[in-house]
Amino acid sequence: MSVDAATVRRIAHLARIAVSEGEVPHLQGELNAMLAFVEQLSEVNVEGVEPMTSVTPMQMKKRQDVVNDGEIADDIVANAPATEGHFFLVPKVVE
Amino acid sequence: MTDLTSLTLAEARKGLAAKTFTSLELTDAHLNAIEAARALNAFVMETPDQARTMAREADARIGKGDAGPLAGIPLGIKDLFATKGVRTTACSKILGNFVPTYESTITSQLWRDGAVMLGKLNNDEFAMGSSNETSCFGPVGNPWRRDGSNTTLVPGGSSGGSASAVAALLCMGATATDTGGSIRQPAAFTATVGIKPTYGRCSRWGIVAFASSLDQAGPIARSTRDAAMLLRSMAGHDPKDTTSVDIPVPDYEAAIGKSVKGMKIGIPKEYRLDGMPAEIENLWSEGAAWLKAAGAELVEVSLPHTKYALPAYYIVAPAEASSNLARYDGVRYGLREQGRNINELYENTRAEGFGAEVKRRVMIGTYVLSAGYYDAYYLRAQKVRTLIKKDFEDCFAKGVDAILTPATPSAAFGIGEKGGADPVEMYLNDIFTVTVNMAGLPGIAVPAGKDAQGLPLGLQLIGRPFDEETLFSLGEVIEQAAGRFTPAKWW
Repeated sequence: MSVDAATVRRIAHLARIAVSEGEVPHLQGELNAMLAFVEQLSEVNVEGVEPMTSVTPMQMKKRQDVVNDGEIADDIVANAPATEGHFFLVPKVVE
Repeated sequence: MTDLTSLTLAEARKGLAAKTFTSLELTDAHLNAIEAARALNAFVMETPDQARTMAREADARIGKGDAGPLAGIPLGIKDLFATKGVRTTACSKILGNFVPTYESTITSQLWRDGAVMLGKLNNDEFAMGSSNETSCFGPVGNPWRRDGSNTTLVPGGSSGGSASAVAALLCMGATATDTGGSIRQPAAFTATVGIKPTYGRCSRWGIVAFASSLDQAGPIARSTRDAAMLLRSMAGHDPKDTTSVDIPVPDYEAAIGKSVKGMKIGIPKEYRLDGMPAEIENLWSEGAAWLKAAGAELVEVSLPHTKYALPAYYIVAPAEASSNLARYDGVRYGLREQGRNINELYENTRAEGFGAEVKRRVMIGTYVLSAGYYDAYYLRAQKVRTLIKKDFEDCFAKGVDAILTPATPSAAFGIGEKGGADPVEMYLNDIFTVTVNMAGLPGIAVPAGKDAQGLPLGLQLIGRPFDEETLFSLGEVIEQAAGRFTPAKWW
């Protein structure tokens, strides 16, 4: 499989990365090189093979459903580029 | 007081305990070495004041006789580990001047045991790379050069700063992380020892995530014993990481020097690649001969799905990365580029903040997870991953204690030499190491010799899950036979 220019633009949008028209051919070439490389997986017989979900045989750990952290709003917003009080500021989303 | 930097960690611990020198002296010696080695670009942030404060505290504790196992030992920290109050960037522009308000579990355990932080080490952006050339702080120089050449070589990656700093004697050991070979390949390129422990052995909490089912932290050190000492402090159960395993941490150092007599060492025939340089082939045979001379038994084994590990990795890792890196949106931390609406803000921020390699991987990951392609790519790769793991399980079920392979298909190469036209050329560096991440196993790289141009080469040992001790015992045999390698100072 390989991707065309329109697909590159669609992927870029899904990935939320702005891509200029000039970058598309280059990206297309690189993505297709990677896709050509992974193509060899199609020759493996995977019939009846379970997909890996956990590399170590362990039960998912669970903890009590209680609040065990928090009251650190100052810390949470400390590195934000734009805040007001304990809120993150973004461009208007809802008209 | 000359050359405190040339001691191993184990030797430094003895000197500190005997009060031959203080941690402050040891720390200052390393800070001076760092200052004189800025040409290597191994450190992206030096923290001398903090280092001296920590060294004084360590000296006080040593004086009182309640010193931790790493008391007073100066270390470098890969910039992927969150360090409270100290800028942490993953060497990406998108994290900008991110200053964590918390400390990663691993580094907090190192400080608990008395270690001293010298600063933060360079790495490939978000640990994506095999040469440390994708860092937003620029490439790192390998302290090793080809005989008679002035060309600066890469130290490998992604833990290139860690490997370079340890090899150049700028720190006594360093933290590192390994998703496809990022500890073992740079260790091999710099004649240092690097171990990627079993998945789940070290907490991932507070480490910038790349591919969560593959990422595992470990040390890069000057000797197998030093690596064992560091891993003991780094490992352990952490309730904050649900994949962290709750089993006791052994005294890894006790495995150093333990007899390997009667151990069965697998030599996987699939690792004998077409066109493999004769030097690598010879090194591998020599390593096998050393283990045999120490009483181990060599057996040929087969890992039939080896050749599919790298392509499967380049689906699984980018898929997980595309998901993990979705958090860099210009809203909660790091860089923000304005846009007319929220979508433009995201797109502009990520276009400006991510480097070329990261964009490429996020995009391929997005593609393989997108509607209509998930089954063909991602699901198939996860099935292949099951087969890769089964290869190892079958091998260990036959009584094999560990597997010996080359660590890398070549020695270090020059900056800008690889991957310019085709990204896959760079990816092939991890061909011997990536299988281990796919199967969640422990792997150690130990310096074993030099190539004809005088560059170091390493061997890799792969172990059973949670049997790092056997790797340390075998690694020590190779280290004793091969000796230690130190680069000639040019920086």
